[in-house]
Amino acid sequence: MARPVRFNVNPQDFTDRGINEIEMPEGHMGEGFFTTSFDKVVGLARKNSIWPLPFATSCCGIEFMATMGSHYDLARFGSERVGFSPRQCDLLMVMGTIAKKMGPVVRQVYLQMAEPRWVMAVGACASSGGIFDTYSVLQGIDQVVPVDVYVPGCPPRPEAIIDGVLKIQDLIHDESLRRRHSDQYKHLLETYGIQ
Amino acid sequence: MSITRDYIKEKLNAQFGDGIISWNDASDILTIEVKPELNLKVLTFLHDEPTLGFQFLTDLTGIHFPDKTGAEIGVIYHVHNLKENVRLRVKIFVPIQKPDVYTATGLYSGANWMERETFDFYGINFIGHPNLKRVLNVDEMDYHPLRKEFPLEDQTRIDKDDEMFGR
Repeated sequence: MARPVRFNVNPQDFTDRGINEIEMPEGHMGEGFFTTSFDKVVGLARKNSIWPLPFATSCCGIEFMATMGSHYDLARFGSERVGFSPRQCDLLMVMGTIAKKMGPVVRQVYLQMAEPRWVMAVGACASSGGIFDTYSVLQGIDQVVPVDVYVPGCPPRPEAIIDGVLKIQDLIHDESLRRRHSDQYKHLLETYGIQ
Repeated sequence: MSITRDYIKEKLNAQFGDGIISWNDASDILTIEVKPELNLKVLTFLHDEPTLGFQFLTDLTGIHFPDKTGAEIGVIYHVHNLKENVRLRVKIFVPIQKPDVYTATGLYSGANWMERETFDFYGINFIGHPNLKRVLNVDEMDYHPLRKEFPLEDQTRIDKDDEMFGR
């Protein structure tokens, strides 16, 4: 008896389904060589290999788990490697309510990350305190660490979290290699009391 | 034999007399209000008297009534006789200028953290407590947030427009 197995032998056309390949940076190409600026190559490499560090404290963390799962699959964007050591990670994803007592912990985790580092505040609570406008809750993590991207929602759907990651990717792609040494960046960190 | 309310009243009246300010028999649990300086004596009596035996402290909490001049801050003890399954509520009230209350940690070890919490939120000074410092809020907090004079909302928030919230 034949097994009920089907092999799809018809090749599919992906061109009109919104699947993008990474575009080559601008540059000069010839026989066996390609020249471009270092910024662009580094940006390209960095943005497609972000290691996220999940700092999940509540329901947004559950949405993040869905985002990492097979259905939404953050791995498609090169971020499948979730690191649980801040020293290895590039992107701090703060998901959930941060109580004032938790604030120094977020800050400590941020300080332990190596430059270049990015921070994403996922959900209303991490972005602004959300509905928890009360004496015990930090009114947005940007009071203790600088934030690059805010994802709205309570909690945001996985699509929104993916959109936030794509925005981070855009930031990383366009970031100048000198930005982290600039006076502006140093001033930003100084306002948070970070040397 | 189950301990009746009348029996509890009789025993407490015989022991403390005027020390007990009021009785509230109407609610689900018999509630007594005692003079604040007698709190430990009443609790010890309830704990040690063999026929009463309220040996378990279910809860210890605070309350703030800003309109009760001279007795704004309250401490409420819930004690439980596990053997007979009888509960009792003991209240004391102290003025907000001098919220000094004797600690119950000597009697019930479980009162330690509960008194710290009550100190944290209401600023009640438990005299004789072994480690009276904040337990839930950040150590840097310089006020007692559940007192009514402090607004619930975090004052560092700047994005809330009063007009939009009808205030």
